[in-house]
Amino acid sequence: MSKAKVAPDLSVMFAGKIYSPNPFWLASAPPTNCGEQVMRAFDAGWGGAVWKTLGEPITNVSSRYSSVDWNGQRMMGLNNIELITDRPLDVNLREISEVKKRYPRHAVIVSLMVESKREAWHTIVQQAEDAGADGLELNFGCPHGMSERGMGSAVGQVPEYAEMITAWVKEKARTPVLVKLTPNITDIRTVARAAKRGGADGLSAINTINSITGIDLQTLVPRPNVDGKSSHGGYCGPAVKPIALNMVQQVQSDAESCLPLSGIGGISDWRDAAEFFLLGCGTVQVCTAAMRYGYRIVEDMTDGLANWMAEKGFANIAAFQGLSLANVKEWKNLNLNYKVVARIHEEKCIGCELCYTACWDGAHQCIHLDRVSESGNGHTTPATYEARSRAAIAVTPIPKLDGGMSERVGAEPYATPLARIPRVDESECVGCNLCMLVCPVENCITMERIDIGLPPQSWEQRSALGIPVKVQH
Amino acid sequence: MALSDGHAGRSEHALLQVRPEVAERFAEVHPPLGAVAALAEANRCLYCFDAPCAAACPTHIDVPRFIKKISQDNLRGSALTILDANILGASCARVCPVEVLCEGACVFHRYNQEPIHIGLLQRHAMDAFFQDGAVLPKKSSTEHTGRVACIGAGPASLACAAELRLRGHGVKIFERQELPGGLNTHGVAEYKLRAVDSLREIEMIRALGVEFAFGDEIRGEAALAQLDKDYDVIFIGVGLGEMRRLSISGEQLSDVRNALEFIAGYKTGGNVRVGRRVVVVGAGNTAIDAARAAKRLGAEEVHLLYRRGSRQMAAFEFEYEDAKREGVLFHWHTQPTAIHATESGEGIAAVECRRVKENESGSSAMEFLAGSAFRIPCEMVITAIGQSPLLELLKSLRGVKLEDGRVQVERATGRTANAKYFAGGDCVNGGREVVDAVADGKRAAVAIASVLEKANVRGSHVQS
Ligand SMILES: Cc1cc2nc3c(=O)[nH]c(=O)nc-3n(C[C@H](O)[C@H](O)[C@H](O)COP(=O)(O)OP(=O)(O)OC[C@H]3O[C@@H](n4cnc5c(N)ncnc54)[C@H](O)[C@@H]3O)c2cc1C
Ligand SMILES: Cc1cc2nc3c(=O)[nH]c(=O)nc-3n(C[C@H](O)[C@H](O)[C@H](O)COP(=O)(O)O)c2cc1C
Ligand code: SF4
Ligand code: SF4
Repeated sequence: MSKAKVAPDLSVMFAGKIYSPNPFWLASAPPTNCGEQVMRAFDAGWGGAVWKTLGEPITNVSSRYSSVDWNGQRMMGLNNIELITDRPLDVNLREISEVKKRYPRHAVIVSLMVESKREAWHTIVQQAEDAGADGLELNFGCPHGMSERGMGSAVGQVPEYAEMITAWVKEKARTPVLVKLTPNITDIRTVARAAKRGGADGLSAINTINSITGIDLQTLVPRPNVDGKSSHGGYCGPAVKPIALNMVQQVQSDAESCLPLSGIGGISDWRDAAEFFLLGCGTVQVCTAAMRYGYRIVEDMTDGLANWMAEKGFANIAAFQGLSLANVKEWKNLNLNYKVVARIHEEKCIGCELCYTACWDGAHQCIHLDRVSESGNGHTTPATYEARSRAAIAVTPIPKLDGGMSERVGAEPYATPLARIPRVDESECVGCNLCMLVCPVENCITMERIDIGLPPQSWEQRSALGIPVKVQH
Repeated sequence: MALSDGHAGRSEHALLQVRPEVAERFAEVHPPLGAVAALAEANRCLYCFDAPCAAACPTHIDVPRFIKKISQDNLRGSALTILDANILGASCARVCPVEVLCEGACVFHRYNQEPIHIGLLQRHAMDAFFQDGAVLPKKSSTEHTGRVACIGAGPASLACAAELRLRGHGVKIFERQELPGGLNTHGVAEYKLRAVDSLREIEMIRALGVEFAFGDEIRGEAALAQLDKDYDVIFIGVGLGEMRRLSISGEQLSDVRNALEFIAGYKTGGNVRVGRRVVVVGAGNTAIDAARAAKRLGAEEVHLLYRRGSRQMAAFEFEYEDAKREGVLFHWHTQPTAIHATESGEGIAAVECRRVKENESGSSAMEFLAGSAFRIPCEMVITAIGQSPLLELLKSLRGVKLEDGRVQVERATGRTANAKYFAGGDCVNGGREVVDAVADGKRAAVAIASVLEKANVRGSHVQS
């Protein structure tokens, strides 16, 4: 791919009217709680901020967050039971105008949530726009607390309500109106379509996912613990990215839903962001990553994205926005005559044999440990190898007793003893990728295309021809 | 804890006098991991299949399994996984030369270099277990009627006895010394394993119901005949014998000590005397241990003499590196030829040495370089040129065959040429490590248990 001659332009014009120096926005959440924070965020390099949701002031509980840690890594997923802003409306509005005055070229979107009354929505829209909002985001997504009061996801889960409230807001609004979608629904497109019918100028997706992150095994109380009890919360962070990407793809591939989209959900670095743009998003929003590491993470988001765009020859975001949508197909359209098999690169193998055990227990028993000992009949089970090792007598090597220094004898072709390097039986390999996924060494197992001598043919084509087909699950 | 022998009620720890300066100067060389560090380290392990680390461990501890349990916050399960394979898991975690064992085999050497710190993780699990009261579940609820005697209370016998007790067999250990543990208590460097920790571990084995007789040396026809009569099976775990002598003039001087005496002296004998200048003869692990101990006890200069070069040195590479770092001075191709007394005739004045011609061929012939004689002034000489086998005892064991002074056994079972006698540890393998003795002891116990259980069914005795 040709390299761009000039530095890529990261600025965007979202939903026709919202200018942002770069596509990275802070999502409506604690990082955008007050003016002082938002100004520091802009100084750090964020292009825009969606103000912490405004509405009637509420009272929060303590504690409020819990997380899912995985394999020694903290906060793979974050869960919260916090509500909308707990600050007085007039204070927030005053700070919004102050921020806009000092940062006229940054995007300030104001998130809103009030009771389902036309008057209430008209009033808050007027107030936010008078304060200087560049756009409005309707929070139809908050899955806890607010929904019990008929707001948030209680609206976002009922297409008729979502459409009605969007229409009320549109009666009043002069700036673009974005509807923030909840993922806690069977088909996210039903509400996206409703928002579009209601006249929304754009969408944001996704809000948090209903969750219980875990239970304290000493006290038996789920987390977070509020005086011995807990409540389901909203899940976000790296763990939710795949779910968000899928929903973004669904919305962007559906003509009745498709609108300018601000992608949200587990975005932690520039690569995550690039993926959301490739599925059609115009901006992205970040919450958990900023809560975890602070505003400074935006530096590498812009830097990394710009470097990748330069390498790929993309001059601006629009140049690659949505390019991957064409590569997402329904399963029935995939080529059944495409075949890959696993290939182990012996010189990289460290001999952990994780691919071997994964293939035997989790796939198709086509990886073997027979490079040295066996005849290659594939009948030696994992338990046999384990029993053999347990029965072997091992001693501490003592040169004095073992007759000189134990130099490595015999010609081992690779760093790892040949006996520990697994072998793939390519005739049995179905090309599922599992071994490659479990291998800890980069590029040690690659999936190689095998030519089976047949032209491409999908399930749909095959069944149309009436060829007897193996049923796939 | 109930005791079943003549020393009823005695606390072993009370018998042990550890001088405060020893506790202070022999601080651990490998301090334990904190809980967070242990978790991070455990999470690094790849959980290999048929793991090479486990294969390299002589006791085949299921390393990935116990590490996984640490990362899952199941410390008791982790400790029991270790103990199931190696009853002295707490000692081994501290004393094993892991560089040439489990950690040496870790796939991380081929991944991003730093192997998993298996020894420290093993210690982490074992420390938690001991903190929790060290309660071991039995493997069998049946009490068998057979009786086994173990000669020597070193790691080999302890592992054998513990496994037999867990399987419901009666065992008594006969030990000539006043404290159990063999070299694990009296020989291993205090900065690796404190004698009190070795004894604490043995309390756990005693709590299983293993009986002990202390101060009870088995020697001579009569004693052996009695043992033969009273017990169905006899396990020989006597280790090795005395340090070899230099056979040079001046060796009879009182400040010429052998390394085992010297080490046991500071560890369990309350004797911390050391010369200002010390000469250690030999270059095995024992010599290195003695030299490093002498430094810690206050010697200003410690010289180590070895008749061959650094490449032929028997000590592990990492032991040598540590000793150099601690300031031990190495004299290669150097042989002591005499020890000179002070004028009073009581103390040592110097060691007379000569340079040995370099001989890489490996033959043991020694040729001195002409005119190479020199003296190293010193106040103490420590000899560490290897232990000799306990030939007198071993030869008196009826029907047991020896080779090169080692008891000949069937490797998988530890059975000697006399079917009633089993053996393991240093007296069989010529002097390896604690973990090898444990592996031998356990293998023998499994074989002995199956012999006894079969004999029990037939209602007869094991035939010798
Ligand atoms: C100085 C030194 C340092 C060492 N450091 C390490 C180390 O860091 N790590 C490591 O893994 N290994 C180390 N070793 C080796 C390790 O200690 C031995 O391999 C291990 O203790 C052998 O166990 P064992 O049971 O065979 O014999 P021993 O530990 O020698 O035990 C034998 C026991 O039998 C008793 N006994 C002997 N004869 C009789 C008899 N006739 N009647 C009754 N009792 C008898 C002895 O008193 C002794 O208690 C070291 C060895 C030495 C000498
Ligand atoms: C503590 C917390 C409070 C939040 N409050 C709001 C809110 O007031 N309004 C809103 O629209 N979303 C709120 N969210 C959701 C975030 O804006 C965002 O949609 C979600 O965290 C997913 O993005 P992430 O994976 O980058 O965190 C909140 C999230 C968290 C963690
Ligand atoms: S017993 Fe020793 S060799 Fe075996 S795993 Fe533990 S530390 Fe490693
Ligand atoms: S070889 Fe290393 S990474 Fe693999 S199981 Fe053993 S300790 Fe873990």
